[in-house]
Amino acid sequence: MKHGMKITTTGTGLLMFLVIWQLLAWIIHRPILPSPAEVLPIFFRLLFGELGLHMAASAGRVVSAISLALIIAVPAGLVLGQSRSLNRIFEPLIAIIYPIPKIVFLPVIYLLLGISDLSKIFLIAIIIFFQVLVVVRDEAANLHRELILSVRSLGAGRRGLFRFVYLPATLPAILTSLRVSVGTAIAVLFIAEQSLTTHGLGYYIIVETYQVLRYPEMYAGILAMGFLGVTLYFIINRFEFYFNRHLRLDDE
Amino acid sequence: MIAEVKNLTFTYGKQPPVFENFNLKIQRGETVSIIGPSGCGKTTLLHLMAGLLRPKSGKIVIAGSPVFRPRPQTGLVFQDHGLLPWATVLDNALLGFRIRSFYGPDGRHALEESRTDKDEAMRRVNRWLIKLGIDSLINKYPAQLSRGQRQRTAIARTLALEPDILLMDEPFSALDAAIRENLYDLVMKIHRESALTVIIVTHNIDEAIQMGKKILVLRGSSNRQSHYIENHIAGLSDYQNRPEFKILRKELRVLLNE
Repeated sequence: MKHGMKITTTGTGLLMFLVIWQLLAWIIHRPILPSPAEVLPIFFRLLFGELGLHMAASAGRVVSAISLALIIAVPAGLVLGQSRSLNRIFEPLIAIIYPIPKIVFLPVIYLLLGISDLSKIFLIAIIIFFQVLVVVRDEAANLHRELILSVRSLGAGRRGLFRFVYLPATLPAILTSLRVSVGTAIAVLFIAEQSLTTHGLGYYIIVETYQVLRYPEMYAGILAMGFLGVTLYFIINRFEFYFNRHLRLDDE
Repeated sequence: MIAEVKNLTFTYGKQPPVFENFNLKIQRGETVSIIGPSGCGKTTLLHLMAGLLRPKSGKIVIAGSPVFRPRPQTGLVFQDHGLLPWATVLDNALLGFRIRSFYGPDGRHALEESRTDKDEAMRRVNRWLIKLGIDSLINKYPAQLSRGQRQRTAIARTLALEPDILLMDEPFSALDAAIRENLYDLVMKIHRESALTVIIVTHNIDEAIQMGKKILVLRGSSNRQSHYIENHIAGLSDYQNRPEFKILRKELRVLLNE
């Protein structure tokens, strides 16, 4: 995305979304699609009750997974980007695993890590891990040798290069890949939360509401999950906008 | 004497040595051109002196101490691509000071005794930005600058750290003739004002004659001894009209073509 999303754009989008929803609710006119006028009050009421707790559980899992993925993927990508021989060893493996939809590993992870929060976090983390690993590796490998040498000649050692070259060079790409993969991450979380847990929005939407026909609450849950995705997206987008100023020179 | 190369041997991997028992002495305040065809090892020699490469045997002594890693008082300027693309001219020019304050005065990455505070760093950088005529560009990014302006930024960044020796690797070869002339004059002026030792690597004979009071000719794959040529017309504005110019030029051509 070239421009940072403006508040007015967000507002207009939200309004259009609600209007279309309302229209559909009028047209279908059945309990399976309650109108926003019915759902929104429930959403805000539940947000400070059980829905809020489920949302906090989901958000906690996503944020932990993002952190876990970044902590491992960024240093690993930097190492691979700087070492041609290491990259030659790992590249085929990464190329094979990268396109696999990671959700198929769900049962394997349950078997190996047990049925715990950690398994769900781990599953989402590996989705983000590969996205970030690949971009960090490529960005680090594409840095001009002269740039590295000249920064070294100014006194930077390994830590200095990380702080002044590799980190700022890869940050915009890290944020872009995060923004793109966070949607997939939440989708996978939704599926992973439908079983073997008693908290999280996936559990709330499927087990607590959908299966027992509590439709307005179900829509409130869907709103909460959408809200979670949009919020994460915009937070990352804000950082991205700040850190890629030099890539937006034509706009000025 | 500011720099001495003693019995230097250097090889890349299993290739034949680029330098074998090579010796070189550079006096303080000299300007030295290093000239030779591509692949002769001139950039390698510069990187060895800058501490970016390590000799296989022998040693390089600068200002009395052997070089094992980049030393804080050595300045290095490359042909291009030495600036951070995501940082403005000002941030690029301040980079040396930022790195120094990141490490603190540890004697390895920064001088032990010097602790330059932010205001002092800003003052020194500003002085050089003004001197190099790029003070109006401080908020621009490298992609928005001409090649000449980028090179001025790189020079400002290096000189703001007040080096005692300035190493330049083909610094002007990507520039237009007029801008090149202008930067030659600038570097020679700085050299005269501060008695800065300047070592410049080039493949251009005229550039070598213009810049170097001594011209070091590197020729082959295994450099054993240094061919030093004294040059009395370096830095003169009318150097091309001096009778020595043609003689030197011919001499260098012969040496390089042998």
